[in-house]
Amino acid sequence: MATKASRSAARLMISPAVLLLLGWMLVPLCLTIYFSFLRYNLLQIGETPFAGWENYYWFVTDPSFNAAIKNTLVLVGGVLAITTIGGLFAAILLDRPMFGTGIIRIMVIAPFFVMPTVSALVWKNMFMNPVNGIFGRIATSLGFQPIDFFGQIPLASIIMIVSWTWLPFATLILLTALQSLDQEQLEAAEMDGAGWWSRFWFIMLPHLARAITVVILIQTIFLLSIFAEILVTTNGGPGTATTNLTYLIYVSSLLQFDVGMGSAGGVIAIILANIVAIFLMRMIGKNLDA
Amino acid sequence: MARAVSNRTKVANTAIAGALGFLMFFPILWILVLAFKTEEDAIRAPLEVLFGSGWTMESFATVQARSDYFKHFSNSVIISLGSTFLGLLVAIPAAWSMAFVPSKHTRNVLMWMLSTKMLPPVGVLVPIYLIFRDLELLDSRFGLTIVLMLINLPIIIWMLYTYFKEIPGEILEAARMDGATLRAEILYVLTPMAIPGMASTVLLNIILAWNEAFWTINLTASNAAPLTQFITSYSSPEGLFYAKLSAASVMAIAPILIMGWFSQKQLVRGLTFGAVK
Repeated sequence: MATKASRSAARLMISPAVLLLLGWMLVPLCLTIYFSFLRYNLLQIGETPFAGWENYYWFVTDPSFNAAIKNTLVLVGGVLAITTIGGLFAAILLDRPMFGTGIIRIMVIAPFFVMPTVSALVWKNMFMNPVNGIFGRIATSLGFQPIDFFGQIPLASIIMIVSWTWLPFATLILLTALQSLDQEQLEAAEMDGAGWWSRFWFIMLPHLARAITVVILIQTIFLLSIFAEILVTTNGGPGTATTNLTYLIYVSSLLQFDVGMGSAGGVIAIILANIVAIFLMRMIGKNLDA
Repeated sequence: MARAVSNRTKVANTAIAGALGFLMFFPILWILVLAFKTEEDAIRAPLEVLFGSGWTMESFATVQARSDYFKHFSNSVIISLGSTFLGLLVAIPAAWSMAFVPSKHTRNVLMWMLSTKMLPPVGVLVPIYLIFRDLELLDSRFGLTIVLMLINLPIIIWMLYTYFKEIPGEILEAARMDGATLRAEILYVLTPMAIPGMASTVLLNIILAWNEAFWTINLTASNAAPLTQFITSYSSPEGLFYAKLSAASVMAIAPILIMGWFSQKQLVRGLTFGAVK
């Protein structure tokens, strides 16, 4: 098959990609690890002495670290619950025969293409603003006190905004997986007297198990890095109520200019993301062999 | 195959799904409405906005006049097209060689490339920021283009690889037997068959680059700021700016919305790295 010449040509063709990615990964990664052991603040001119585990110690014992970890988990967990369960229902709904399938699908999927800063600001101002927002107006006209979304339930508000972006993603992937389900199998089950619930539980759900896992893993990777939505709505506040790990690291490195501390946080974020990544990579790897 | 479904069921399905579609699409629809209102009208009650006020294009003009909107729009265009083009340049040969001349390392190389995508951007924020500062690449279109190219490179390679893999290798062998050189093989045999796959890869990559909001916000300030960063200037709490925010947002999301509609199916393949097809 492949000749020796084409082998070496192939190696030559792949090398730019490998070198670029290697550089992109290794150089910053090594620097992050290196910086994380230095006492290094951009505001203090002079030496950057070795600091041992100091940065890690201060980063982890800071009260905002606990808050950030908790917020990160709530944010990721909340969005995952809403998008996976909601996406499952939406996918099943969109898979049924109806008029204007194309148009309806497009409307459901459209939010995924809205850039994060736009979706966050539109929700914040046009919907969640207690005075002029649509939710506030509805509450007032029904005689209720409008909710101050970013004052009273800031994290839940961000979960809502992010879910609006990611529900279409889950829907799209689950719908794609659902469409590969053998319709005859479903019909056979129906003829054997299986009700809707048992068809869902024993045929659809097992068939979708893999796609659901993929949705959860891929979303987790992206959701761990939620940043823009927080920056333009709450700036991590009130207090640290909406500060996630990504935002906390941003604050210590680019707002407080503490390179050492920010890097220590970065290393922790990398370790956390890798725990998820290992499972995801395994699933994708299995698919590659098949 | 398809069962006869009564029209009644279909109408019911359409109603439920249509309601869901309307709810999901409503925020986009709403800014489309507000973009054509004056600031005073835009903050009135929703029904008044819809039926009790006139329509105007003035917000679009104001946004452009006050903030040089099209500079940021063209930054977005340059950065997303540029990073896609550079990415293809590097990715096509790599994906080609892995798909058609696989070796025992191919699987590991592919998986390793994917693993670079799992690295959280914030983990390398500090060094990248400092390197950019020292090379004077902060707030430069060139620097941002390179970064976006690198973060999306694994996705481009992976997508192209899955598309190339679907091209039967026998055709290439036949071309080789007929004396086609490597260059001719790529240009006249492979490329025509790969164009649909490449087109969807390009679309997905432009979408991802256009909407990327971590590096674009952290590495630019004003000069090279694309729309993601520009829109953040509307996050200040004071002032009434619904119409202007809407006008700026509509123009920022319209091109991508249209592209997204064309690439729904390919999106699944690209974003799940082939794990769901």
